[in-house]
Amino acid sequence: MIMATDATIRDGATRTEKFPSGIVSVGLREVERQVPLDEPPPLAPNAALAVIGKSIPRHNGRAKVTGATLFTVDVSLPGMLHGRIVRATLPHARIRAIDTAAAARHPGVLTVMLVARPDDPASAIVRYIGAPVAAIAAVSAVAAEEAAALIRVDYESLPFVVDLDRARAADAPLVYGASLGPAAEQSEIPFLAGLPVNGNVRGPAMDNRGDTTQGLAQAAIIVEGEFRTEVQTHCCLEPHGIVADWRPDGLTVHMSTQFTAGVRHELAQAFGLPLHRVRVIVDGMGGGFGSKSLLGNYGRIAVGLSRQARAPVRLILDRAEEQMDSGNRPGTWQRLRVGARRDGSLTAISLLSYGTAGITVGAGLGNNAQALYTCPNVESSQYDVFINAGPGCAMRGPGNTPGAWGLEQTIDELAERLAIDPLVLRDRIDASPTRREERRIGAERIGWQRRRPPAADTGPVKRGLGMAQSLWGANVQINSACEVRVMRDGSVEVLSSVQDIGTGITTVLAQVVAEVLGLRPEAITVRIGDTEFPAGPPSHGSRTTASITPPARTAAWRILQTLLRGAAETLHVSAADLIARDGRIVVRDEPGHGIRFEEAAALLRTDRISEVASRSDDYAGFRRRVGDAAVALEDLGGVQFAAVAVDTETGIIRVERVVAVHDCGRPMNPRQIESQVQGGVLMGISYALFENRILDQHTGRMVNANLEQYKLLGSRETPAIDVVVLENYQGQSATDAYGIAEPANIATAPAIGNAVYNAIGVRLRSLPMTPAVVLAALGKIPSRS
Amino acid sequence: MMESAEAAQSTGLPVIGPEAITMTLEVNGEHRTLQVEPRTTLAEALRGPLTLTGTKIACNRGACSACTVWLEGVTVCSCMMLALDVGTRRVTTIEGLAKNGELHPVQSAFIEHDALQCGFCTPGMVMSCTALLERVPHPTTADVEEAISGHLCRCGTYPHVIAATLAAAKTRQA
Repeated sequence: MIMATDATIRDGATRTEKFPSGIVSVGLREVERQVPLDEPPPLAPNAALAVIGKSIPRHNGRAKVTGATLFTVDVSLPGMLHGRIVRATLPHARIRAIDTAAAARHPGVLTVMLVARPDDPASAIVRYIGAPVAAIAAVSAVAAEEAAALIRVDYESLPFVVDLDRARAADAPLVYGASLGPAAEQSEIPFLAGLPVNGNVRGPAMDNRGDTTQGLAQAAIIVEGEFRTEVQTHCCLEPHGIVADWRPDGLTVHMSTQFTAGVRHELAQAFGLPLHRVRVIVDGMGGGFGSKSLLGNYGRIAVGLSRQARAPVRLILDRAEEQMDSGNRPGTWQRLRVGARRDGSLTAISLLSYGTAGITVGAGLGNNAQALYTCPNVESSQYDVFINAGPGCAMRGPGNTPGAWGLEQTIDELAERLAIDPLVLRDRIDASPTRREERRIGAERIGWQRRRPPAADTGPVKRGLGMAQSLWGANVQINSACEVRVMRDGSVEVLSSVQDIGTGITTVLAQVVAEVLGLRPEAITVRIGDTEFPAGPPSHGSRTTASITPPARTAAWRILQTLLRGAAETLHVSAADLIARDGRIVVRDEPGHGIRFEEAAALLRTDRISEVASRSDDYAGFRRRVGDAAVALEDLGGVQFAAVAVDTETGIIRVERVVAVHDCGRPMNPRQIESQVQGGVLMGISYALFENRILDQHTGRMVNANLEQYKLLGSRETPAIDVVVLENYQGQSATDAYGIAEPANIATAPAIGNAVYNAIGVRLRSLPMTPAVVLAALGKIPSRS
Repeated sequence: MMESAEAAQSTGLPVIGPEAITMTLEVNGEHRTLQVEPRTTLAEALRGPLTLTGTKIACNRGACSACTVWLEGVTVCSCMMLALDVGTRRVTTIEGLAKNGELHPVQSAFIEHDALQCGFCTPGMVMSCTALLERVPHPTTADVEEAISGHLCRCGTYPHVIAATLAAAKTRQA
């Protein structure tokens, strides 16, 4: 189970400290931890703090509401050229030749670059519509577009498949290797990871414990079901984009990215540059949701164009490119078998899944089936299926979000078959004390006791209640550092390459430093999103706050020690008796005796002092750590409840209310957390009811590669959302904060699915739950499949 | 060009373009002269030669409303009209809402209610919500939902946008 590593085995001495521990609404106790000597003392619960845990308005709010924020798409450099990618128009083809002569003659064109090379057998194959073939840099976006249209690509069309089920067939066209020898074929398939490949099917990735055959034999009841989820695209409002500036002395890129430090690494490696010659900058960042974590083909292309043209190049994807080639959440087919005794205790969980991330892998279902519930016998076999479609990538709660759709409906069905309330069943099979409290609070808020048997309404509009649970690892990036500076005039800066993708980490960093120094958060200047500053964590995997706030507090605390020493001399007291509060350095027991923060800063020996701190291990250790990435001992939970109304005449599902109860360790800024949870819920409703990437079987083309036919939730489909966030202290770091973004998304679709079942008495197993799906399930129209 | 010339003869209308032409736009109370090709959209003209990059382009075909500006106080998708077609009508962009550094009540309420996350759809949202209050000083929740029904926000700020706009309406009455 959980292996706690002793903190003392790390470098450096430690001291013993007592931390608040537990869920505030349940009751706090104390827990002893070993804390590195150069880290601050335990932070009190939020109720005792001045700035942390308060809903401080966003630091960058004014810039965002006035249009002043500079996003990557707004960056304009002197002499900047405009890049454009020429993309494949066939889903599977060998490129015989690319004629760039006419494009090169266009008066606005500076450089033309081949991405696919007809003379290289591996590079000459395109495997999805939208795959980059060539690229152009021109004096204007319009010139680049005109020139792109002049490039002639001679394709030899190859057989293709864009459907998950068809791609699994023995006679399906092969996405990889149709035109290559067996040896080359192997090398062409990405991320084999030692798993077998059969036709288009790679896997299974297996994760088994116990003996499910025996477990199923012990079961009094076995619930079995097949589920499907569609491909969801990220639909960041700011398109993927980069402004690359290659110069003899180094490379600077402005990029809409979730990970400046990671992109710097990728660029250094891809272009053979030392890290210090690569700088990545992002200010405003218009949404990523997992799709802007890496450099991407467009990033490499833009830098290549800049190097070739010896000028800065701006490359921004248009909306169709966004939909076809900027990542997506893989679609899945899943079959679950769950066995239980009469009392609800689980005897076996068996999961079989086939998912598709297009030409790549990563379509697994995460770890819900393996880890959400207590069960001795679990088997999961998960397959990736290649199809001729754009590559998938991580998207808000990858794996666990589609996985929860199947598992949480199956558990709901099990509860009904056992005639046990779904909450009571979970109290028996879910060991998490956090989710237990979340269920209790949520049930109260939604009025769970009013829940009726399925299909209780007699009229055409039927209402129902449902709930589902989230499971997500509490991720931490070890490679996370932060600098705090104080100037002699008392001005304070906090610096890190960490980026604010809309989560509000800018404001949270200001809160942390302000709390330590006894200042107002507005007084702290936050400079982030630039790799010239200490390397910060990525903003994915719900790990930003957990990774960067502890070093921020530690650095500020070390700065404070210097200030206190200076003030102590002036005040003729011991530094140990001084505290920072309300803009002053004062004697703890005699708050009237002290000096202003600025006066203390004026005592510094130099104009500026600085401390850089990095993320230490969680004080009681991690569950596991691979490279820079670690997972905390306690998972993140989250329980969501949905109230729906289903119009059985039109098939329209309206989500009327959602109650979302979540935990993220110490909540740093409740209103920002509320915003993020609302966002997760709304993305989940959109996933449940509307979103679907549709590929034409005959051409392989995405028919809704835009934002009007690819349907997203809007204001009118937005229900009332109650957000409740627990304070769940664990004594694990200088701030004890973890993340929230992904758990907020995972439980929503199955909570709605279970509510729909409760409303109409028919279980919907495929996403999205469109009116046609509802009517077909009710037997009012023929089923399409 | 022959065709255009013939067309001009047949309609009697002057032919302009395809090369850049000089035009004047009244934006945020200032007359701005710019040189753009006739095919340039208002959104491109604002963001390019006029360097008013607060107006965002997200879908570039009128599906998301990120590019919303006012034309004589009425909201339009600036990606869906040519700069040339603006004529003498007054354009107001997100940069023109605050007066002498003082935010419009809707802008202040957006900050207070955290009605923004990544902030990319925010300028357009603000333009629609401020326009609503000019038109309907005492809006209901349904009025706000309708006013922003054309806006897409992937971060999911709708609940806080609605709360902020309703609060701003109250502030203005006070």
